[in-house]
Amino acid sequence: MQTPVDRTDPGALRGLGESCTTPAEVLLRVSNIDVYYGSLQVLCDVSLEVRSGEIVAIAGANGAGKSTLLKTISGLMHPAIGSIEFAGRDVTRLNAYDIVSQGISQVPEGRRLFPEMTVLQNLMIGSYNRSARPRREQNLARVYELFPILKERRNQVAKTLSGGQQQMVAIGRGLMADPKLIIIDEMSLGLSPLIVTELFRVLHEIQARGVTVLLVEQNVWQTLHEADRAYVLETGRMVLSGNAIDLRQEEQVRNAYFGA
Amino acid sequence: MEGLAGLASPIAIGLLLGGLYVVIALGLSLVFGVVKVINVAHGDIVVLGSYFAWVLLTNLGVDPMLTVLVGAPVFFGLGILVERFLLHRAIKKSADAALIVAFGLSLIIQNAIQWKWTPYSRQLGTSYMLESFAIGGLRIPLVYVLDFAAALVVMVVMHQFLKRTYLGQAITAASQDRQTAELMGINPARVYAIAFGIAMALAAIAGVFLGMTFPFTPTFGPSVLIIAFGVVILGGLGNMVGTFLGGMIFGLSQTLGGHFLGPTGQQLVPFAMVLVVLTIRPQGLFGR
Repeated sequence: MQTPVDRTDPGALRGLGESCTTPAEVLLRVSNIDVYYGSLQVLCDVSLEVRSGEIVAIAGANGAGKSTLLKTISGLMHPAIGSIEFAGRDVTRLNAYDIVSQGISQVPEGRRLFPEMTVLQNLMIGSYNRSARPRREQNLARVYELFPILKERRNQVAKTLSGGQQQMVAIGRGLMADPKLIIIDEMSLGLSPLIVTELFRVLHEIQARGVTVLLVEQNVWQTLHEADRAYVLETGRMVLSGNAIDLRQEEQVRNAYFGA
Repeated sequence: MEGLAGLASPIAIGLLLGGLYVVIALGLSLVFGVVKVINVAHGDIVVLGSYFAWVLLTNLGVDPMLTVLVGAPVFFGLGILVERFLLHRAIKKSADAALIVAFGLSLIIQNAIQWKWTPYSRQLGTSYMLESFAIGGLRIPLVYVLDFAAALVVMVVMHQFLKRTYLGQAITAASQDRQTAELMGINPARVYAIAFGIAMALAAIAGVFLGMTFPFTPTFGPSVLIIAFGVVILGGLGNMVGTFLGGMIFGLSQTLGGHFLGPTGQQLVPFAMVLVVLTIRPQGLFGR
């Protein structure tokens, strides 16, 4: 049974299964934000919602504004108009280093590990924010469970790791912040399909442990098979949203991203 | 045999003196590594530290070694204030602006010292300063041993701080990737202020030991800065072992240069070495 994709209401709830479930709480709500780089407008009237326990993806071509959107959510940039709410609090004007303790952790594009620090040091600095420190050892154990190879290589200097291993450290480091929501920017960039599949498997495990995931991806096909819901961003505007299953069938998406 | 036996003393002194140079260089290295600013006032801050100790010694009879314990926190606090209210705005504008502000600071400090305490040369003299050890046929003045001991203590403390505390790791992280450090919850402005405070505390400590080792004047700062530069260029930025070895090499080339070529050699050889290293390995002998 095909549910029509709603183009006008980016936050509409659509259950994945047929059963009637109580709507999960909205964890992150971005409302009608405009974001500028200097005088250049990069995002226009962008809204989105992420509910507790979901994996939500933002798809879009290069230059669509995906990274800017993530930076704005993380507090590295601020919207000129509009608001951002997280776990019921207005976080629009918060700086990046304050947002982390609210429960949002970002895994930046290109991994951005601290190059001269070891794997373990990178992981540990992930729990720098005050609310994460008490559970540091538990979180570290969990990260080692998810990525056993990181335990093996914990004293290896970050810049000497392979791309896939670096991505594991980056995600692990993000998890060390003990987040409610983890945001991952271009996870699959430069990685082989095999590694990407493995990373997605880990994301599902993270989801199972109660962490909500927001992804930005150029790899639309695989992402739409792994995410619950997705948004499509095109030159600074949200043009589509809905369940991943439905979007996969959508004519526009197929033409734009799958070429068929 | 005669010439070789005569080498033992300059080698020993060179190594020990190198310790002093390490402490002098560490503050400069820290600021450049973290805040990415070349603090051209660094040498003058070291000399200010010497005068600080001198004032406490002559007016209150406070032993310079005790002054280290007082001077470090005082200069730390000053450093935080200077960074937060002066340097930070300059850094935001541009690297050049920060350089100019530092240069201005340098001039202000030099002239303030001259005005308050006259251009006459001073030295931190205490009774035990004149003591010397006899080790294996050499006479080593206590002061040099203290210089080296200071270097070891400072290095161990800094190393532990940087590696084992959250704040130390935050400083390290911010120096490698400022924006990602923010994503970890690290406030870069706060980190910069603290790093600068630590650098000034290090300068104060260096100043005390400098004042015990050499006579100093208000305009001694630039000479001190040049030594710091030399050590950092030789040893490379980015690790303490490099700075340590840089200090040793600098000290050795001074004393051995002096031994073979006289007083001119003392000045010439270290900087000839710096030029050589800059040419063949610009990142420093042990730099990244």
